[in-house]
Amino acid sequence: MSNHEYVPKSKFGKWFNDRLPLLTLGNHLTDYPTPKNLNYWWTFGGILSFCLIVQIITGLTLAMHYIAHADLAFESVEHIMRDVNYGWLIRYIHANGASMFFLAVYIHIFRSLFYGSYKSPREIIWIIGIIIYLLMMAAAFMGYVLPWGQMSFWGATVITNLFSAIPFIGEGIVQWLWGGYSVDNPTLTRFFTLHYLIPFLILGLVVLHIWALHVPGNNNPIGIDIKKPSKDTVPFHPYIVIKDGFALLMFTIVFAFFVFYSPNILGHADNYIEANPMVTPAHIVPEWYLLPFYAILRSVPDKLMGVVAMLSAILVLAALPWLDTSKIRSAIFRPLYKQFYWILVIDVLILGYVGAMPAEGLYLLIARVATAYYFIHFLIILPVLGSKEKTIPLPLSITEPVLEESLSPPTIKKKESLN
Amino acid sequence: MKNILKILCLTILLLVESHQIKAAEKVELLKTDWSFKGFFGKFDRGSLQRGYQVYTEVCASCHSMKYLSYRNLSEKGGPEFSLEQAKAIAASFEVTDGPNDDGEMFERPAKLSDKFVMPYKNVKEAQAANGGAYPPDMSVLVKARSGGADYIYSILLGYEDPPSGVILDDGVYYNKYMYGNNIKMSQPLYDGSVEYSDGTDATEEQMAKDVTTFLMWAAEPHLEARHQMGFKAILYLIILTILVYFSMKRIWSRIESEV
Amino acid sequence: MSEKKVKRREFLYTASYAVGAVGAGAVVWPLIDQMNPDASVKALASTEVDVSSLEPGKAITVLWRGKPVFIKRRTPEEIAEARAVKMEELKDPQKDEDRAKDPEWLVMLGVCTHLGCVPLNDKGDYNGWFCPCHGSHYDTSGRIRKGPAPTNMEVPKYEFVNINTIKIG
Repeated sequence: MSNHEYVPKSKFGKWFNDRLPLLTLGNHLTDYPTPKNLNYWWTFGGILSFCLIVQIITGLTLAMHYIAHADLAFESVEHIMRDVNYGWLIRYIHANGASMFFLAVYIHIFRSLFYGSYKSPREIIWIIGIIIYLLMMAAAFMGYVLPWGQMSFWGATVITNLFSAIPFIGEGIVQWLWGGYSVDNPTLTRFFTLHYLIPFLILGLVVLHIWALHVPGNNNPIGIDIKKPSKDTVPFHPYIVIKDGFALLMFTIVFAFFVFYSPNILGHADNYIEANPMVTPAHIVPEWYLLPFYAILRSVPDKLMGVVAMLSAILVLAALPWLDTSKIRSAIFRPLYKQFYWILVIDVLILGYVGAMPAEGLYLLIARVATAYYFIHFLIILPVLGSKEKTIPLPLSITEPVLEESLSPPTIKKKESLN
Repeated sequence: MKNILKILCLTILLLVESHQIKAAEKVELLKTDWSFKGFFGKFDRGSLQRGYQVYTEVCASCHSMKYLSYRNLSEKGGPEFSLEQAKAIAASFEVTDGPNDDGEMFERPAKLSDKFVMPYKNVKEAQAANGGAYPPDMSVLVKARSGGADYIYSILLGYEDPPSGVILDDGVYYNKYMYGNNIKMSQPLYDGSVEYSDGTDATEEQMAKDVTTFLMWAAEPHLEARHQMGFKAILYLIILTILVYFSMKRIWSRIESEV
Repeated sequence: MSEKKVKRREFLYTASYAVGAVGAGAVVWPLIDQMNPDASVKALASTEVDVSSLEPGKAITVLWRGKPVFIKRRTPEEIAEARAVKMEELKDPQKDEDRAKDPEWLVMLGVCTHLGCVPLNDKGDYNGWFCPCHGSHYDTSGRIRKGPAPTNMEVPKYEFVNINTIKIG
């Protein structure tokens, strides 16, 4: 990571850099050799960093006015919406920003699934990513509790009650989480504290995530290893900076439409009703980005096994680099895997849909089939595919496909023998 | 492969089917042209002022609006009563203040900075006075019901005789659009319930529209500012995106020329 | 590359940066403004006080913008005493007429200008107020006469909205 060849131009820069090599780091990031064939699916890492910063800044400014007490929380949020200068704007950015954050993270994850970015030597990047995803879900769950609406309260009740499924110590753990005999003020204040903390943990993990990435370098759409730097790479600045910037602006336009014209469409009307421990809403649903896991949880009739299934759904992702036995990274060259990939996408969308529906009748049946298929994809289909599928020959380099027409027959034969 | 696709298509079809069936069970809400809907939606000042009159004269005896302050009535983006009018409205209500130097609580006329006076001291008193049903606070009611303004409007106009065979308990009324069809509030609006100070004919539909518009503002007092800022923000973003797009093309053209 | 192309390229980049900077500024403002007093605080920016029951020689203390305000109804003797003081004797020269438009009513922030303690009424060597924290003495016009305080007690904006009511702020 350290490039001792870089020498700062100014005297002060050199003096400072000798003591803390920030300028060397800056130079490393600016010049970082990036594959030049990256497509727009690769811009979501930058978009995610933007989302994290936006959430932290809007969160900080909201925290200046929010009161984390059961008697005052809902009122303090209304105070922010009505009286605080631009309070309504900051609140809507924060609430919709959470949804945008998850939209981006799902696209980012599915990019990795398609192009095999989780495969060797990038397993640790992938696992750090899974941990970041888990922390995001924890932060989002706790953040949703803070306005202390009906969904805040009852969502908290349902999800914390899950821990009672743990044999012997389950009940004790739930009371420990609650700080009482039900979700109440102690629960709210600790959720506020942890909600404030987690984004900074995520920030640290993102640094590790990028650091780990910079060892092998970025994957690319055709999934072949490239040398960096080479004619196959471009310096991060200005090429990737401007491309990420353009993608980020498009993303922000979508974000702006939600914030300014439909700020409540992704939320639930019941959360504008103050929390009432005596009245349970007709349908308790989490926010859309947690729906697939909610569907998996409810598809298993046994409480403990439902929790196990939900956790396994995430753990199975962590094991992915070892479950997928294929030596080929990118789905572009794995036509059979590509089919199963799209079926998985549809499966996850179906899980999300049934997660919002009552867990009965046809919906429950579909949820069970979709849950079973999810695990079949990772635990059976992927390991088998690795050995059984016929893959398309890989090109030798990123620029090579362009020159393919001008290659002589011996060269093409040589290529095929390498695969 | 073909089989997988077949099963997939079937599933999607089934899902869509069941959704249609569910949708048919739900009644279509009444619609009217809301001035605040759409990208350039604004509030009709006259409607807001009339709506405030309906709220005060019809609803406020049971429904609180505890997150609103009297000063909101004169602030930009709302009914925009003059400062004097808003002061006078406030002064027509009594609030409890104190303790004074004798240690006692006392009544005084409300000021602009005071929150709307509540009809009941607390939720329990409200329930006791209304057959066990709590008349919900209306500060954010429009956002607290799916269907929003259309739902509120429909409920207000949705009272009808129960279908044959349906017997209702005492104090329960039949409403076509209420979730579960049973509502404990009797029909609140009849033609002429209110005599509008601006002379508008107070039909049921007119009052329902005005008070719902007022409730929409109460729930979203910064709606107009939000729409205006949104227009500027998105226009700005589009311009910047175009500039950045061409910059990107310009920068990347250096690469293409090397190949 | 031709001169014209270079100029066009530079203009494009400059324009992008400039437009971007405008956006960055627009984003920063709400984040700063949200810390300014909000609408509910600004609504309490002024307070009205009923002084109809205040007798001459007596003073009350009211809360205004979170700080104590002394309202004293002065006796003719106290007024005369305040008017008789020579400017040379004052650390912070100020005429009593400039501090109390209606000489009978003295309205000022009950905050010692030294380090912010609340001075005590009817105490001190000058028949006015005495601050126990570090020994500042104020006269019947609330002016600093002895002690470490640098300036007179501040007179806020106020007016009589009717014969019984003072609006402060």
